[in-house]
Amino acid sequence: MNADARPTPAPSAALLAGALRRLRLRHAWSTRIAAAALVLLVALVAIGPVVAPHSATALIGPPFAGPSSASPLGTDYAGEDVLSRVLAGGRTVIAFAFVATLLAYLTGGMVGLIAGYRRGWIDAVLMRCMDVLLAFPPIIFLLLLATGFGNNVAALIIGIAVVHMPGVARIIRAATLEVSVRGYVEAAVARGDRLITILRRELLPNMAGPLVADAGPRFTVSILLVAAVNFLGLGIAPPTADWALMISENRAGITINPLAVLIPALMIGLLTVSLNTLADAFASSLGTTLDTESLRR
Amino acid sequence: MTPMTEPADPVVVVEDLTVRSRIGATVLDRVSLAVRESESLGLVGESGSGKTTLGHALLGYARPGLEFASGSVRIAGAELLGRPDAGLRPMRGRFISYVPQDPAAALNPGMRIGAQIREIVLVHAPDWDADRLAGELLRRVELPADHAFQRRFPHQLSGGQQQRVAIAIALACEPRVIVLDEPTTGLDVVTQGLILEEVNRLRRELDVAMVYVSHDLAAVSQVTDRIAVMYSGQVLEQAELGAIIGHPRHPYTAGLVSSVPDHRRPQHLVGIPGVAPDDPDRVPGCLFAPRCAIKIRDCEHARPPVTEVADGHLVRCIRWAETTRPLPLPRVMTPPSRQSALLAVSELTARHRTRGLTTTAVDKVSFTVWPGSCVALVGESGSGKTTIARCLAGLHAPDGGSIEFGGERLAAAARHRTREQRRRIQLISQNPYESLNPRHSIADQVGWPARALRGVSKRESQSEVGLLLERVRLPARLGERYPSSLSGGERQRVAIARALAAHPDLLVCDEITSALDVSVQAAALDLLRDLQRELELALLFITHDLGLVAAVADDVLVLERGIQVETGDVISVLHAPAAPYTRRLIGAAPTLPLVAPESGAP
Repeated sequence: MNADARPTPAPSAALLAGALRRLRLRHAWSTRIAAAALVLLVALVAIGPVVAPHSATALIGPPFAGPSSASPLGTDYAGEDVLSRVLAGGRTVIAFAFVATLLAYLTGGMVGLIAGYRRGWIDAVLMRCMDVLLAFPPIIFLLLLATGFGNNVAALIIGIAVVHMPGVARIIRAATLEVSVRGYVEAAVARGDRLITILRRELLPNMAGPLVADAGPRFTVSILLVAAVNFLGLGIAPPTADWALMISENRAGITINPLAVLIPALMIGLLTVSLNTLADAFASSLGTTLDTESLRR
Repeated sequence: MTPMTEPADPVVVVEDLTVRSRIGATVLDRVSLAVRESESLGLVGESGSGKTTLGHALLGYARPGLEFASGSVRIAGAELLGRPDAGLRPMRGRFISYVPQDPAAALNPGMRIGAQIREIVLVHAPDWDADRLAGELLRRVELPADHAFQRRFPHQLSGGQQQRVAIAIALACEPRVIVLDEPTTGLDVVTQGLILEEVNRLRRELDVAMVYVSHDLAAVSQVTDRIAVMYSGQVLEQAELGAIIGHPRHPYTAGLVSSVPDHRRPQHLVGIPGVAPDDPDRVPGCLFAPRCAIKIRDCEHARPPVTEVADGHLVRCIRWAETTRPLPLPRVMTPPSRQSALLAVSELTARHRTRGLTTTAVDKVSFTVWPGSCVALVGESGSGKTTIARCLAGLHAPDGGSIEFGGERLAAAARHRTREQRRRIQLISQNPYESLNPRHSIADQVGWPARALRGVSKRESQSEVGLLLERVRLPARLGERYPSSLSGGERQRVAIARALAAHPDLLVCDEITSALDVSVQAAALDLLRDLQRELELALLFITHDLGLVAAVADDVLVLERGIQVETGDVISVLHAPAAPYTRRLIGAAPTLPLVAPESGAP
């Protein structure tokens, strides 16, 4: 029943190490496959452009040519090499989604922390504001932004962050409400520790479980939103290589060279599925340490 | 179907029962006991002793993850172990029934209580008149039997009423034996007193055998004839109640008896050092030997056999002849110097607001804490005692009155007080499983207040940790561990050490022992008393247990729903209570029967 009693260097490092150890112990094949797929994808995105046979924007042949030795996946609507574009096209999706998710956690997380910690009227006001945001349909909201600002990447990222904000705020608020009544938080308040110290020392480390569980799917949704907006041609402008944009660009020629659509779609699918599976496994391995606490009571 | 038995024949026979977990750990180790017709047996043990597992085993049930390894459980001659569930079902209800610990969780929240009582009759005795019986049963446990009451849902009942319904359900099919598993643990003292009375009355009226499982020796002693003391999965001693209390033959029983606080006598509680073994299978000898004061070398080599030391008095100890019940040390009452008050609370009023509803939790309470003295705040749940503690710690803003500390008026919120004021008052909260941050090492948490409140450097604060841990009688190397690997008693000591790191003048202890076992509680109190003397600490001791008050307090304040009903020094309040509420509390507080302890060896 006891958790590991061995001394460990630093609390956050210990938390992570413990979760990773438990993750290793879990011999679920889905977790292993997801981890392998994700490593492969990240490697592909990182070194892809370097090993690509052609430049992502170079015209190398007729449009929608089938696979050949020069271009194993054929060419796209403009005659660019599909393989080279797939190798280069992951960066934008992943980077935008990552930045947008991070931004959502910074802003929504702050709102949730303050609402959950201060309670009372501050909580009510903040959460009703979040409810207003929740009422916007995400895609229409993003399209509205895109039409207003044109193909503006910053607007896209901020838009996605705003879409996530209410959800993040709710999760963090709930976790804060639960943790902030514990004895160690009250002890810190009675000691007169500063708010930032209480957040850093007492609250955040104890909210890691729900946070990670929530972050995985949220990142996935960000990827899908970025992809959707790019697909509609309102995010990144051609000729930049981007998986979602590629699906959109090449859908006219899907019967002539289906690989130009299928491969980028497969990449997005693989990325989201593996990310989600891994986040779930990671969260539940974090979760076990939290649960042992409540079980011992 | 019911076999004829002589009144003196055992109706429950447990023989050499061993229960193991699926991974092979021993949970019950060769337990044997018998309960005679209409006898009441108390199963007493601390957390992890296996008493609930044994209680379940009497119904032929093992919780998921556990399995019966060997032995037998017979009710009225019929073997329970090895039967499939379908074979057990007719036994349960008719022969043996169960009253669970938490009636709020055991009763179906979506079913009216009348229907819940009728259901058990319909299942186990379909030819009986369930409607008539439901009313009769409710009357029997002294609840209203009318239709309106039967149509209530469990949440519309008080905790005591819920427990009575659970008892009514257990009685429904006239079982031969009832197992009551900690039936009063979640209840207030006065309600507990009423339930214990109820159990006694039913015992006289119904001629039913009872097995009463509890950690509370004083409560058990009110309702049982015999007691079996459990420890780490073994029954260490069983005997008549009087023999257990007056002439315990096992050192553990002796320690347990002298750990029980008693409000009639202000005395030091002795307690038992140490904790029960984590893994009994790794202890080759007597399971209690690591904590035993009179062990010899043989104790650590082999498990002691069961010896019958007197008629019906069984002990698992080879040193039983040497066991003496420690004589209680009467408290030396030294009245505190009442010259300049450390803390003066006057007319403190505090309210709670939830959804526009305001309740007054504390209503014009005034008291004084003198330097180095101990004031006890006593009351049931909802009496406002925790709210007072939170006001003192700056966690709850009072709605009226003043708190003066060291001659200065304290601000409502902790962050508006000076660092010095925050340092001098330290709060230790009730639940040891929530008072420490699971994500930081013990050393980190114990060292922190010195840094935050005394401006000590990180390095210096860490060098103090070892001393602080030793001061609360924990090994210094515990510092590198995390809270999850500590027992409840150890955690509460760490919480005390953390409070001491601030070098406080006043410790506010909010029910700090209520989650601990009695022997651990006694040791924690002993520690607190020593610290109080060594460091000249003042204590504000919040509790619902009058026995603890007698053991530690100089002055007492009795609270009833936020109103101060009685104040005075401990002797006069406990021995000559003026307020009716205090008298009711004292009347309901369970105590051990007064059996003169033997003097010296037998």
